[in-house]
Amino acid sequence: MLTALRCVIARDLLLALRRRSDVLTALLFFVIVVSLFPLGLGNEPNLLRTIAPGVIWVAALLSSMLSLSRMFSEDHADGTLEQMLLSSSPLGMIVVGKVVAHWLIAGLPLVLISPILALQFDLHQSLLWVLTLSLLIGTPVLSLIGAIGAALTLGLRGGGILLSLLVLPLYVPVLIIGAGTIDIASAGLSAQGHFMVLSAFLVVAAVFAPLAIAAALRISAE
Amino acid sequence: MLEAANLECVRGDRTLFSDLSFTLGAGELLRVAGTNGSGKTSLLRILCGLLSPAHGEVRWRGGNIRSLREEYWREIVYLGHSSAIKDELTAAENLVVACTLAGIKVGRDQAMAALHCFGLADCAELPAKVLSQGQRRRVSLARLILSEKLPLWILDEPFTALDAAAVDYMQTLIAEHIARGATVVLTTHQEARIASVVMITIDLSARVT
Repeated sequence: MLTALRCVIARDLLLALRRRSDVLTALLFFVIVVSLFPLGLGNEPNLLRTIAPGVIWVAALLSSMLSLSRMFSEDHADGTLEQMLLSSSPLGMIVVGKVVAHWLIAGLPLVLISPILALQFDLHQSLLWVLTLSLLIGTPVLSLIGAIGAALTLGLRGGGILLSLLVLPLYVPVLIIGAGTIDIASAGLSAQGHFMVLSAFLVVAAVFAPLAIAAALRISAE
Repeated sequence: MLEAANLECVRGDRTLFSDLSFTLGAGELLRVAGTNGSGKTSLLRILCGLLSPAHGEVRWRGGNIRSLREEYWREIVYLGHSSAIKDELTAAENLVVACTLAGIKVGRDQAMAALHCFGLADCAELPAKVLSQGQRRRVSLARLILSEKLPLWILDEPFTALDAAAVDYMQTLIAEHIARGATVVLTTHQEARIASVVMITIDLSARVT
């Protein structure tokens, strides 16, 4: 069971390594979108400081959306997905592997680069780690929820747009709490409560999303 | 071992086949024949549990495959139309991944040996995108050499894109597997010449539905 999990993660990382452009596109998109705001809004430090959490979080949502549609579609097209459905390991386990790999490729780079981008917004240094931590807990939730949408829209024509319509509303609670974490910390209050809620999202998504993704894949493959 | 009871398959509004029943024992080969669109692939997908039949059920050692799930999948190999080969991975990596997903522990040496048997020793380290159609097919078929212990092979058009020598080798491989007491289901347009085995043929296009 764990061998299959390791195998799927290693395979997806190897694939990403051999076509780096896919990974870099999502990351560059994130960097550019975030950088456009200070350029467009001018140098009003207070305004920038206020919008920073929202802008960075929204850009992270959109950037992680970019790579979602490819999550299962390539495996679907070349027949690998059929083999995954017929695997001797539970499908939920394989799906966890796919999601972990997706997060490592599309989520973790955003988390790591976000403190640097936040400097453009003159975010206070003490808030940088709050931002990074909130993204670290929040982006796996985005990958988990997004994978449900990706599995449901698999094989549909124009699935990409439908995927956004399906997934973005589900991202809203994560966005509110995630961006709220930094807001409340910048007001000098403890962000612990927000982090707890964000972690609760992660736990619930990690438990239930794989089941939903597996069920959706079985339906899509028929 | 493998038992199909009153299978009916509907795709869109069309009934492809109905009331299809058969039983396959150990050491038997089922060849599914039929014209294009007669439901050969659908039947195979139903047999391995990827598709649910409109009616009827498939049983493996007496248990419905829908409830056996992983227990059943652990014992079968299904090779479909699409080769499940990733362009960016080498032939050997593709083979190891395919086997690991299926739950067969395979080392690098075993994978290389299997590829060697299919005449792919020279291309084992090449990325799959430079391989020809026939070579890609061989890479996915090489999994069969490592799946000798599995009692049921379900093969969809295993001979397409292969040259004469590879077709002969595939037929020997299937004959040997059946001689070991396993069961094989395959579809093919050619008359398969598989020596000394009990072969049952179902012609889907000849059935009145």
